[in-house]
Amino acid sequence: MSLYIKMPEENEPLPSLKRARGKLLWISSVDHKQLGIMYLWLALFFFIIGGLQAMIIRAQLSWPENHLVSPEMYSQIFTMHGTTMIFLVLMPALIGLGTYLIPLMIGANDMAFPRLNAFSFWMTCMGGVLLYFSFLAGGGPKAGWFNYPPLSEMNYTSTAGVDYYLVGLILTGIGSIGAALNFVTTVLCMRSPEMKLNMLPLFVWMMFVNAFLMLAAFPLLNSGLFLNLLDRQFDAHFFIPSSGGSALLWQHFFWAFGHPEVYILALPAFGIISEVIPVFSRRPIFGYKFVAASTVAIALLSYSVWAHHMFTVGLSNAVNSFFAISSMLIGIPTGLKVINWIGTMYKGSIRLTIPMFFAIAFLIDFTLGGLSGISFAIVPIDWQLTDTYYLVAHIHYVFLGGSLFGIFAGIYYWFPKISGRKLSKRLGKWHFWLFVIGFNLTFFLQHILGMIGMPRRIYTYPDLPYWKVLNLFSSIGAFFMFTGMAVFFWNIYTTLKKPRTVTSNPWNAWTLEWAVPSPPNLKNFVEIPPVHSRRPLWDLDHPDKPDKRLN
Amino acid sequence: MLLLIASEAFFFMALIIAYVYYRNFTNATDTVAKNLDVVKTGIFTLFLIASSFTLIFSKKALLNEKYVLYKILMATTILFGIVFIIGQVNEYMGLYKKQITLSQDIFGSSFFTLTGFHGLHVILGIIALSILFGISFGKLKIVSISAIQGVDIYWHFVDVVWLFVFYFVYINPLL
Repeated sequence: MSLYIKMPEENEPLPSLKRARGKLLWISSVDHKQLGIMYLWLALFFFIIGGLQAMIIRAQLSWPENHLVSPEMYSQIFTMHGTTMIFLVLMPALIGLGTYLIPLMIGANDMAFPRLNAFSFWMTCMGGVLLYFSFLAGGGPKAGWFNYPPLSEMNYTSTAGVDYYLVGLILTGIGSIGAALNFVTTVLCMRSPEMKLNMLPLFVWMMFVNAFLMLAAFPLLNSGLFLNLLDRQFDAHFFIPSSGGSALLWQHFFWAFGHPEVYILALPAFGIISEVIPVFSRRPIFGYKFVAASTVAIALLSYSVWAHHMFTVGLSNAVNSFFAISSMLIGIPTGLKVINWIGTMYKGSIRLTIPMFFAIAFLIDFTLGGLSGISFAIVPIDWQLTDTYYLVAHIHYVFLGGSLFGIFAGIYYWFPKISGRKLSKRLGKWHFWLFVIGFNLTFFLQHILGMIGMPRRIYTYPDLPYWKVLNLFSSIGAFFMFTGMAVFFWNIYTTLKKPRTVTSNPWNAWTLEWAVPSPPNLKNFVEIPPVHSRRPLWDLDHPDKPDKRLN
Repeated sequence: MLLLIASEAFFFMALIIAYVYYRNFTNATDTVAKNLDVVKTGIFTLFLIASSFTLIFSKKALLNEKYVLYKILMATTILFGIVFIIGQVNEYMGLYKKQITLSQDIFGSSFFTLTGFHGLHVILGIIALSILFGISFGKLKIVSISAIQGVDIYWHFVDVVWLFVFYFVYINPLL
């Protein structure tokens, strides 16, 4: 019996850099690996910009009555910080990891639509460029990252910044829809013939579910953006209350997109964690079916919670209670996942590598973010704390402690596969401790700041009791994170200078991407290993005690 | 393609919701509806529906390798699409003569946005159909099945969206 299945030969090789020369030719690439890497570089580039903006914000707030930047500049910076980090850092980083890894993990040689893949990347990239072009065209957008009208309308914000925000986000939105289409089709049509849907690696499964979320969420955002653009450019009246429009409608559109967006950014991170924790605990994931099913539950529930962003606008009590209950419900499948991850680690022989460090930090900090989220689902608490620094702390615990730690874990975990070199563990530890301590210092204190009444987005503040010292320590924490990121970049830089030494499976992992050389050849798989369970490489290495056959 | 359509459906859903919201849940009175010519648009709607049927038959003809019939039916489909667009342009001209524009009030805004985006999709569909039609004259006698299936599903979707738009914008105010 042959151990390997022959892949059918491709008739026509895809155009690629490998046969051409020069870095410029990357722009014509349709190879999913190159596009994935470009997504990651794009995210890294905008991460530097967004991070510097965050440093300016923290510097401005570090002591009372500070006038480091002008108030107009400050509004532009916090708006661009939020927009950049969500649409140009977390989205491209997660889509990039998906683009790079999904075909490798399911035994395919490329995405289903390689050209669409390139199109999606360049749309995202151009959206980002357009967004930043606003600074050259008379000032960036300054109506906050959720751009509430009527503030975002022409009569209140007359600079072109908001127009660039609208057009830029429409482009990145179209890019994300394209990527999502590609993910679904790839997973459905390009899997290795032996791999059934219930054998997908959890990262692929979560990207798959996530793609449906993107397909439904981004059109809502785009239609809202179009309507706002028509308001601004063609004097329409959609969101202008004084002439019959409704500012509330924008909030409904935006949050009907915005809350699924939170899960769009969280689910892939869950997927990364579900790959990292089993490998470094040396045990298969505890309760695969529960993790997979709870993902679907989260995806469905995430569409019925958006109005919890709008408890203060005066919806009726019945509406408020409905959304309060559904928001608490969504805590259940998420909590289930946390228990599954802990269950995987229980009695495992844990290897404390850098990805595992970040995975554990993720478990703790994401749970904290989840708990403060539950407190927002309780309507009276929300009335008290909304638009304070408590909310800022919550969103950062979810997006940094959740999504970003997941991305860091993923980058440390898959960097050997992508580049053929392992990131330094010593520098990785510095990065980890500086960043995690700094993160908790900065944002944990902001919970308290919010509870004693500091509103978000204020330019500066008087010298009230405790405000000065809490803000100062918060800024010191931000400096720790900044140093940690510098170490991370240094780590990437020095590692990329070293020769390629990594074998195909440096972590002794079990999924298909580790069956190919590091970095993979242009054609991923000449032959795919047989897939009979969720851990094909384990079965290959241990023919005497394979996992239960699933096909 | 189906996924793209599903995604598009959400886009139009949002626009229709906006229109219905303004009419039923705010105090504003609808200024556009009473100026619309329901009968005339109804006739143009029939053209759009008919084009969906001719497209179904042309696809069938292609599968049965009856190329001449396929070309005739395809041309009819494109023609019906163009007739529909002419109808819409006609409607717009009429409204402009009555000083109803995008910037006039909230109903002007939502009427022109909704029907405008739909019209844009119809034009896109006509372009795609024309490409398929043009290809069938060249050396490539047989248009690849997946191409025509994609355009097919897209055209029906545009048609169905129009039925919803027609119901909410034209018929509903009369009830």
